Amino acid sequence: MSREKPDVEGGETRIVRDAACTFCGCVCDDIELHVQGHKIVQAKRACVLGTAWFLNHAIEDRPSCLIEGRPASVEEGVERAARILTEARYPLIYGLSDTTTEAQRVAVSIADWVGSCLDTTSSVCHGPSGMAVQGVGEVTSTLGEVRNRGDLIIFWGANPAESHPRHFTRYSLMPKGMFLPNGRKDRTCVVVDVRKTKTAKTADLFIPITPRADFEAVWVLRALARDLDLDAEQVLRQTGQPLEVWQDLMRRMKAAKFGAIFFGMGLTMTRGKHANTEALLALTRDMNAHTRFVCRPNRGHGNVTGADAVVAWRTGYPFGVNLARGYPRFNPGEYTASDVLSRGEADAAMIVSADPMANFNQRARQHLESIPYIALDPKETPTTRHATVAFTVAAYGINVPGTVYRMDDVPISLRPAFESPHPSDLQILQAIENRVRPSIT
Amino acid sequence: MGESFILNPARTAQQGCGISEGKFGDKYLQEVTVLRMAPDDMHRLRLADGDRVRLTSAFGTAEAPVAAAKTDELPVGMLFVAYGDLSSRLMGDDTHGTGMPTSKCLDVTLEVLTDR
Repeated sequence: MSREKPDVEGGETRIVRDAACTFCGCVCDDIELHVQGHKIVQAKRACVLGTAWFLNHAIEDRPSCLIEGRPASVEEGVERAARILTEARYPLIYGLSDTTTEAQRVAVSIADWVGSCLDTTSSVCHGPSGMAVQGVGEVTSTLGEVRNRGDLIIFWGANPAESHPRHFTRYSLMPKGMFLPNGRKDRTCVVVDVRKTKTAKTADLFIPITPRADFEAVWVLRALARDLDLDAEQVLRQTGQPLEVWQDLMRRMKAAKFGAIFFGMGLTMTRGKHANTEALLALTRDMNAHTRFVCRPNRGHGNVTGADAVVAWRTGYPFGVNLARGYPRFNPGEYTASDVLSRGEADAAMIVSADPMANFNQRARQHLESIPYIALDPKETPTTRHATVAFTVAAYGINVPGTVYRMDDVPISLRPAFESPHPSDLQILQAIENRVRPSIT
Repeated sequence: MGESFILNPARTAQQGCGISEGKFGDKYLQEVTVLRMAPDDMHRLRLADGDRVRLTSAFGTAEAPVAAAKTDELPVGMLFVAYGDLSSRLMGDDTHGTGMPTSKCLDVTLEVLTDR
């Protein structure tokens, strides 16, 4: 961090170089922040999402703690939170994808002490991809390898032009890489999707497919990778594209020196879910009989990849874990947050940096609203508004240091811009852990 | 009498910016409540930007204003909205053993509410 000349407003402008943006899974760590007091006034090199992230996280003018909507001390909030969690018969701890790895680790400890269900936003994001990886494994690489080698880039059910705006320029399409001296000219971009997204408009080849036909389309490619004969009429009927289109794509895939498939929630949120991603991961494996091919999910939240990693190294499973028996059990569909809430099973919850009241199905939201729960978030959200105990916390990466995992599992250290009067997730969770530990043992 | 469509919610950059600005702000609320429709469908149903429709899925119902999608962004028969309250009201709670409710490519019935 360095200091430069005073700005025209009269305050000193501080420059924070190589700050990491934690809005999306790209975690771009080359951002130059210009900071005046408790406000970031410029975020050089940030995309539209990163700029909005940095420039809209000034100090929130709200109490650090609200209990049932009324201001309270943090200590009172911690006490009430601990009581909610320890008195519950089936507590749920959920979220974790927008906080530091250090805070995630403590949240898992709390789940262990109180014997709760523990789930992350992965379950409504790339949780099905995690299940697919458990089924067939993954052939993968860092984004740096794609940047330097990837000459065929396929986006399947993913729209990084909207969700990860610097994906193209930093990693996948535009960079001049070690083996791709001409950048974009050396790469071919293919997009498979059910609609012509902004990403599709950047592609050399766009393949629009029939909605809910991803599974069938991937399996057509798996068959073509093995030179099997297919019924052209059936392929057209099931995928919405003639066999020749898929044969052309397979020729390009076999001819590539290094192919990379990035997939999004177009696969995991639609019919087939984990079966779709399992097929794509298997296709990637198949392609390595011909050339080098890798496959990666485009992860959404800034540290959702860290959430998977931390929950996995602490419990053995990446999400949807139940610790009620004193040892971890993993069962998506049973111990995942949407299910536990929709079925009305959880009788208390703690939501860490997530907003299920905005994004979950109606039955789950109605049940969450009916039970006591704790929410930690830097901003006011529909979830904090309904919380029994709502903590306003410092924003990770802007006010709080720590570690996050980029979407390719590369850990990145955060360089905060200014301090917040609000406590961090880590401080709140540590205080809750200290409170629940003796009351359980 | 309604007409069948496929609703395909997803993320948008405007929605992402709106999250940072605040979920009770105009940008976010506008993005997650306005339903995008292919211009050909708008024309056929004699709808104009701002007209209201009701969507019904097997799991719920929601009302929303419509706006024309950019010319070739949506195929005929497909609707779009950024993830949020509207899409949450229409998706189901069965995750089919995955933890993930089916949140894309939802079958919905559309009824026009605005008198023309």
